[in-house]
Amino acid sequence: MATTIAGQDRLRAVTLLSPAYLWLTVAVFLPLSAMAFFSFLSDVPFGGRDWHVTLDNYRAFFETTTYATLLWKSLKLGLIVTAVSVIVGFPCAWVLAKVVKGRSREALFLLVILPFWSNSLVRIFSWAIVLRGNGVLDRAVNAVLPWDVKLNLMFSPTAIVIGLVHSYLPYVILTSYLALQAIDDSLIEAARSLGAKRRTILWRLILPLSAPGIIAGAVLIFVPVVGSFMEPRLLGGRLGTYYGTVIEDQFVAVFNWPLGAALSFILLAVVLAILAAASPILKRART
Amino acid sequence: MAMVRVEHLVKTYGAARALDDVTLEFPDGGFFGLLGPSGSGKTTLLRAIAGFVLPETGRVFIDDEPVENVPVEKRGIGMVFQNYALFPNMTVAENVAFGLAVRKVTEAEKKRRVAEALELVQLAAFGARKPHQLSGGQRQRVAMARAIVTQPRVLLLDEPLSALDKALRVDMQIELKRIQREIGITTIFVTHDQEEALTLSDRIGILKDGRLIRHGPPREVYDDPQDSFTATFLGDARIFSGTVEAGGLRLADGTLVPGVRTPTVAVRPENLHLSVAEPDLPCRLQARLGQKIFGGALGTCLLDWRGEVIKVLGRDADFRDLPESGPVWVGWRPEHSIQMSG
Repeated sequence: MATTIAGQDRLRAVTLLSPAYLWLTVAVFLPLSAMAFFSFLSDVPFGGRDWHVTLDNYRAFFETTTYATLLWKSLKLGLIVTAVSVIVGFPCAWVLAKVVKGRSREALFLLVILPFWSNSLVRIFSWAIVLRGNGVLDRAVNAVLPWDVKLNLMFSPTAIVIGLVHSYLPYVILTSYLALQAIDDSLIEAARSLGAKRRTILWRLILPLSAPGIIAGAVLIFVPVVGSFMEPRLLGGRLGTYYGTVIEDQFVAVFNWPLGAALSFILLAVVLAILAAASPILKRART
Repeated sequence: MAMVRVEHLVKTYGAARALDDVTLEFPDGGFFGLLGPSGSGKTTLLRAIAGFVLPETGRVFIDDEPVENVPVEKRGIGMVFQNYALFPNMTVAENVAFGLAVRKVTEAEKKRRVAEALELVQLAAFGARKPHQLSGGQRQRVAMARAIVTQPRVLLLDEPLSALDKALRVDMQIELKRIQREIGITTIFVTHDQEEALTLSDRIGILKDGRLIRHGPPREVYDDPQDSFTATFLGDARIFSGTVEAGGLRLADGTLVPGVRTPTVAVRPENLHLSVAEPDLPCRLQARLGQKIFGGALGTCLLDWRGEVIKVLGRDADFRDLPESGPVWVGWRPEHSIQMSG
């Protein structure tokens, strides 16, 4: 009897899982395999071009320091954007989870999710209007302050960070919110009754207990930001050359898909290595 | 150790009065049970003493020191929560040490006091476990150890045993009482379980709709509840109403309950006696036996008296000779007539 039930369960599991796996196969595995194949070619295998299998594309990454420098720049950008998002997003999640209730919480939630609903190009260009010299921000600051301030943030790393934080902030807010909501209020009350001040409660209780949520949000932000190209290009201008923009160039401008593919896989490998190195911390935070 | 006193506490939530002019003194070293139905304000009162609830008016004193403006973390209280609220990211020992770590106690001192506290609750071997590896009763004891290790002035317990099953609850009641006696700390606890309140406390307070109805030693309140709410809430009681005459209280069926000078009188079901023949008791009335319920050593009989139910508690042996149904006499001794002032 037990075996038939187990068999039924397995059948049910396969039935329920198959759409997702089918989709992953078609939408992720196949294109990724094609890209992996391209990355070992000397030229794109269509349009009647000559091509052969080679390791040159991967070798190119190590032949100059350009790519490594850009990758490092992108990783730093990822760290900064992730850090800013966590620092800005966590208090916001705290307010959503523990301070406001009822309708005002719904309204605040809507505001948090808003970036998800707007087109990313529109979002970036509106930042351009706000940040450029003599733009909205510039004029607003000058209207308030009596002395003259030149706030030309446009085409600077700051502008890129602002744009990226705006785009990805909801991730860390939502994951932190879920983690914070799972913390029983009586735990905080118990800590207070034992004489703990707010700072102690934050460091010894709230942060350890919400760490899985914060880390999940950080990973969700870090990974796409390292490979981002739109915000650096549009908000960074001349300074906006990052690893992601170089990959984009290979596909869109230079038409060197094999090099673009190889650079993408190196990025994938580096990001996976970073996550693997961080996984012991992740595991400890979960227990 | 401290004496706690609240004076004229008022706390409202919207239109509802959670605390309505509550004045009460909790004696030094005593075990005080706050009892009442849900929504009676007993938890609000406990949380007001702890500092989690800020009353609109009224005063709270611990050791004659006014504490209304002292935040929770500086009130020097220990609290055990209904769900224990153990920190899931810390071991048992770290949980117990938390209050000491906050107080910057030296490492050696901390270790000694944590060991002592765990010893007191008989969990000395469990220091390295995480809360999720403990049973309900063990968690309860960890919560207890954590609350007392800082040597608070007052120990506050919010329905400390309600999450445990019945057998464990009885064990933990004995355990709680032992711990409280051993350290002699002023303890205030909230419960909706009247039996628990009677067992544990040396004084009880009964709340209803935010008002303190009655307080005193459990036996005194039980024996002389004075009002019908206390009589029926604390233990069980049959309330009879009628008109006061020269000789006593005349009930609707013509029965005279001698010696009673109030329009209502309560009798506890364990003080009622059943017999087929008219008993030799001054207080007696006639009713019909409706149902005999066997309950092991103790039994219950449900009588029908003018369409109302009278419950009689007794040893099963006393009920064995009664018929299954039919007319019976209910009698009680005059000293068991509890006169009701309200």
